[in-house]
Amino acid sequence: MWLKDSSIGRKLVMSITGTFLVLFLLFHGTMNLCLVIDDIFGTTAYNWICSMLGANWYAIIGTLIIALAVVVHFAYAIVLTIQNRRARGNDRYAVEARQEGVDWASKNMLALGIIVLGFIVLHLYNFWFKMQFAELTGIHTSMFDPHDGSTIVKALFTDGWCGIVYCLLYIVWLCALWFHLSHGVWSALQTMGLSNTKWLARIKVIGTVVATLTVGLFMVVILYFLGVNIGQMCA
Amino acid sequence: MDSYIDIKVRVWRQAGPKAQGHFETYELKHVFQGASFLEMIDILNEQLISEHKDPIAFDHDCREGICGMCSMYVNGHPHGPDSAITTCQLHMRKFHDGETITVEPWRSRAFPVIKDLMVDRQAYDKIMQAGGFVSVNTGGVPDANAIPIPKPIADEAMDAASCIGCGACAAACKNGSAMLFVAAKVSQLNLLPQGKAEKHQRAKAMLQKMDELGFGNCTNTGACAAECPKQVSLTHIARLNRDFIGAKFCD
Ligand code: HEM
Ligand code: SF4
Ligand code: FES
Repeated sequence: MWLKDSSIGRKLVMSITGTFLVLFLLFHGTMNLCLVIDDIFGTTAYNWICSMLGANWYAIIGTLIIALAVVVHFAYAIVLTIQNRRARGNDRYAVEARQEGVDWASKNMLALGIIVLGFIVLHLYNFWFKMQFAELTGIHTSMFDPHDGSTIVKALFTDGWCGIVYCLLYIVWLCALWFHLSHGVWSALQTMGLSNTKWLARIKVIGTVVATLTVGLFMVVILYFLGVNIGQMCA
Repeated sequence: MDSYIDIKVRVWRQAGPKAQGHFETYELKHVFQGASFLEMIDILNEQLISEHKDPIAFDHDCREGICGMCSMYVNGHPHGPDSAITTCQLHMRKFHDGETITVEPWRSRAFPVIKDLMVDRQAYDKIMQAGGFVSVNTGGVPDANAIPIPKPIADEAMDAASCIGCGACAAACKNGSAMLFVAAKVSQLNLLPQGKAEKHQRAKAMLQKMDELGFGNCTNTGACAAECPKQVSLTHIARLNRDFIGAKFCD
């Protein structure tokens, strides 16, 4: 099967799963903005979206597809990196200079990905476990109502010093994700063959914009709750 | 103004493919900065011979930047610190008095060291043999201008064809990938009407050979294009990806 046996095939799988995850994150980030809007205007948009994404069959299928994409992306990342280290050989250069135009992120994609993955696990524990998982199994995983996502999120990030620590952890996560995507997005387009002399510079700009937009959506929410929390602590 | 400098050259010495290699540092006095890097190595070898030592084995041929033989990793860069040149086009004026210059062979699993700075680059020849040609029927030679080719396409093919098969791309790549070379060699033919007929077949055969020979998976890091003496562009890699993926969908 060429998606497994050829280098371009393997890269195509990386790029398609990666792009899919980016699209998911864009949706997720947009949905999160409702948290801020709800908090300011007293609306309940976030919980309304959550109610559609709870224990419904389509939400479960969606979750499984996303999980599959993460697993495939991760598995291929490991295989690719091992193959590439082997191709490089055991003899390393004594002197290795930096090349101009080669960004740091592109050389550390696996490390960045592992940081991102580590936080995904934390994040699933923080929220998914208390929301969709609790709804599905009926087990009380927290003191909150699993349907009240908005309160669960707010409680975590505005819980005094603990909230500040969580905000900082999430900011570290988002930074790692930004670096991963700053290379990942344009690299995915290039892998799919969507580049030429005119478009190479353009897809690099598109990559930076998409990375910043994706991370920015989440960052706004974190910074908002950080502000609210600090405000409460000072009051 | 070019003057004379005293330098130390730290060179990788390895007696044979299986032998354990090591660095050896040689002092070289009064080197003219107008000399090319390979001339400097020649002078160093004269000195070694006069001291009854084994001269440094290194590949070279044209000494004018067209054959691609002069594989040397100089101070952390393939072909040295200058951009868009081969080692034979590098001059000693890029170095200063008292400097220690580190010279290493290409290091990549698909390019095993033969001796000192010489590596075996037959892997690239094998990739060429897999598909880097246009099949022709015997008969009269057709007129070269009978097939009109738009100038931008001819230029793009020419840029790809400027690849001299030196191996700097794979040597610089953190993934040990030969994608820039393969992409250049596929592009130079796939862009032109004569080569288009076999474009899918060519992309598949050459990529398969590259994978088979143990080169790595390209992650678009771009060290290859930054170090390529002929400034072959990453966009050729995108074309190879396109042609390969297209070929697979046509299967
Ligand atoms: C939500 C999370 C993630 C997103 C949105 C994402 C996105 C992407 C994208 C778009 C690419 C580019 C594909 C290409 O170059 O063809 C990529 C590549 C890569 N990702 Fe991820 N990724 C994520 C998580 C991870 C994780 C958890 C790992 C593993 C530890 C990982 C490791 C890699 C590696 C090694 C590459 C290949 C490097 C390269 O092609 O330059 N990623 N990712
Ligand atoms: S693409 Fe450039 S670096 Fe690679 S073999 Fe050709 S000339 Fe050398
Ligand atoms: S010796 Fe021919 S390119 Fe340097």
